[in-house]
Amino acid sequence: MAGSDKGKTVIQQVDKNLVLNSGTPILVMQQLCKSYFPGAVELKVLRDIELTITSGEYVAIMGPSGSGKSTLLNMIGCLDRPTRGTYKLGGNNVSMLDDDQLSLIRGAHIGFVFQSFNLIDQLNVIENIEIPMYYQGFSEHESFARAAELAEMVGLGDRVKHRPSELSGGQKQRVAIARALANDPLIILADEPTGNLDSESGADILGILDRLHREGKTVIVVTHDDNIAAHAHRIIHLFDGWIKRQEYRK
Amino acid sequence: MLTFRLKRTFKLGIKSLWMHRLRSTLTTLGIIFGVSSVIAMLAIGEGASRQAQEQIARLGSLNIIVKTVKPSEDQRPTTQEQTMVEYGLTYTDAERFQSSIPDVRVVVPSRRISQQARYRNRKVVTEVLGTVPWFTDISPIRLLRGRFLSSVDMHHKQGVCVVDEQVVTELFAFDDPIGQDVKIASDYYRVVGITSVHDHQTPGSNITGSVPAAPSSGGANVGTIYIPLTTVKDRFGETSIQISGSSGANIERVELQEIVVKVGSVDEVLRIRRVLETLLERFHKKNDYQVIVPLELLQQAKDFARIFSIVLGSIAAISLLVGGIGIMNIMLATVSERTREIGIRRALGAKKRDIVIQFLSETLLLTLTGGILGIVLGSAIPFFVTYFSDHPTAITGGSLVLAFGISATVGITFGLYPAYRAANMDPIESLRHE
Ligand SMILES: Nc1ncnc2c1ncn2[C@@H]1O[C@H](COP(=O)(O)OP(=O)(O)O)[C@@H](O)[C@H]1O
Ligand SMILES: [Mg+2]
Repeated sequence: MAGSDKGKTVIQQVDKNLVLNSGTPILVMQQLCKSYFPGAVELKVLRDIELTITSGEYVAIMGPSGSGKSTLLNMIGCLDRPTRGTYKLGGNNVSMLDDDQLSLIRGAHIGFVFQSFNLIDQLNVIENIEIPMYYQGFSEHESFARAAELAEMVGLGDRVKHRPSELSGGQKQRVAIARALANDPLIILADEPTGNLDSESGADILGILDRLHREGKTVIVVTHDDNIAAHAHRIIHLFDGWIKRQEYRK
Repeated sequence: MLTFRLKRTFKLGIKSLWMHRLRSTLTTLGIIFGVSSVIAMLAIGEGASRQAQEQIARLGSLNIIVKTVKPSEDQRPTTQEQTMVEYGLTYTDAERFQSSIPDVRVVVPSRRISQQARYRNRKVVTEVLGTVPWFTDISPIRLLRGRFLSSVDMHHKQGVCVVDEQVVTELFAFDDPIGQDVKIASDYYRVVGITSVHDHQTPGSNITGSVPAAPSSGGANVGTIYIPLTTVKDRFGETSIQISGSSGANIERVELQEIVVKVGSVDEVLRIRRVLETLLERFHKKNDYQVIVPLELLQQAKDFARIFSIVLGSIAAISLLVGGIGIMNIMLATVSERTREIGIRRALGAKKRDIVIQFLSETLLLTLTGGILGIVLGSAIPFFVTYFSDHPTAITGGSLVLAFGISATVGITFGLYPAYRAANMDPIESLRHE
């Protein structure tokens, strides 16, 4: 109990500047760099990224393989800290937060959808959806009710007891989306969400993302596919860690 | 909410352990055997120690027992066909103990003669013990009916006797022994009382050597008939004479087989023992006696039992340690197998602490299950040991707590490192892991 109360106060501390109104900047990156040091040489994966994304935006990140798309997305999702520069998420300097605080932000405000689904095999659909709520301290009842509701919403109301291994790729990705929505996050981050799916299932997933965007979520999608990028309002073209060009649509 | 999380954590733990049933079972076996061997070994050690201590305690911790021993270095004339040896404790020794050591409570001389006792047409070999009325002060026998020997019996050299329960069953069958006459050698003795059976075996009996006219210490378990020492002297003579030897005869003459001295308190035992030894050394040319101090034996038995328990316990603890290392090994494998799951959970908001708790709870589940099964098995083993080998065992509550505590400690100790390793993995790396 004490632990989670402490957790809540940290969330409030971290959150107090998080912007909820549509149209105001939700994240700002300035001169952000990320380097790896696999050997003696510095490997610059992100270079001087200047990026502002406003609440409610639908953004696609494109670029050749190895250009740093996933790294940028992970950075946005607070899975990683910048090597240099600043990253502000709702006014909080992410590089100043400790590991627990980053975990709290991820759990409360970020919803991840991965190319390879990343469901936990031992858990059934409901239990997979429940994971983020479990770490946010939902009660058993609340968490179950919400998970069931989300499963229904992504069209898996009749599959709640199934294990991931008993689902098709498209169904798995729908579970992953339901799981990403469990904590009602501000930002949905999807890293090539249709990369492992046939076109029909992919279209399904894109439909759900579009709907989430319409409902007010900030959606950021990494993709190779121009057709998918066409759903977004802005396309960020990455090349070798640089933002080469940004394309606005609509 | 906390209970929900705990429930969830353990449910998840059980699930993933169940996924790897064989592996979990094998890992748990290490703990089961460790815990059960701790309990079983301590129970066997404790049983042995209690048995020894009970035997010694029956001798009385305030008693100093002086026994007649046949001297080993006899300068007997080998040329002669017939030899005659006189040795052992004497009536004078008993009087000397009483008169020259003021702190002595009681001095109980006794003489043992193996004799056939007869009642009506039944005969049985018994040990006739000539002793004094205060024999009951130094012996744990209980008077069941009638009375024990009295000073009047002593004084008048009465032909009375007290029999123990074994004699009652062997000789009297359904008759009431009290008031009946028992024939021993050529005389009749009236039964005045019945006592419980006394186990005359001393833990040191193997070093006591052969004591003439005391066959009971040699093996066959016979009943005891108590007769006043004065009466014995009167009717059987001053000394017991034993005739032995293959060719011709060796005659051995012994006055008393045993003198038991009882002191007032435990603190005096060792001092008075020294005084006794000084007295005996002065008046006995031959080394024909042995002093047994039950208190000392008790101390030795306790020391030995402690060492025994420590040794057995350590061996068992090492096997628990090995079990613990097995668990750590498995948990490390589990952690690296589930790297991706850890990454997923971290991405979905799990703190490092949550990951630690998750893996630690799995280890604890393994060890506590092992601990409980180990306690069950460990409690059953001593039962079978006693059943099949008659070796006494005693399971103490302490050993159960100890074994369970060790298994929990092993679980936490050997579970912490894998759990911390899991928690400190980089989330992105973990997600990338295949
Ligand atoms: N932990 C790491 N150590 C070294 N290099 C890394 C590490 N993570 C990513 N990289 C490198 O960073 C570059 C960008 O990777 P990534 O963001 O996954 O590219 P994308 O998603 O655009 O294909 C790649 O060249 C990759 O090899
Ligand atoms: Mg990528």
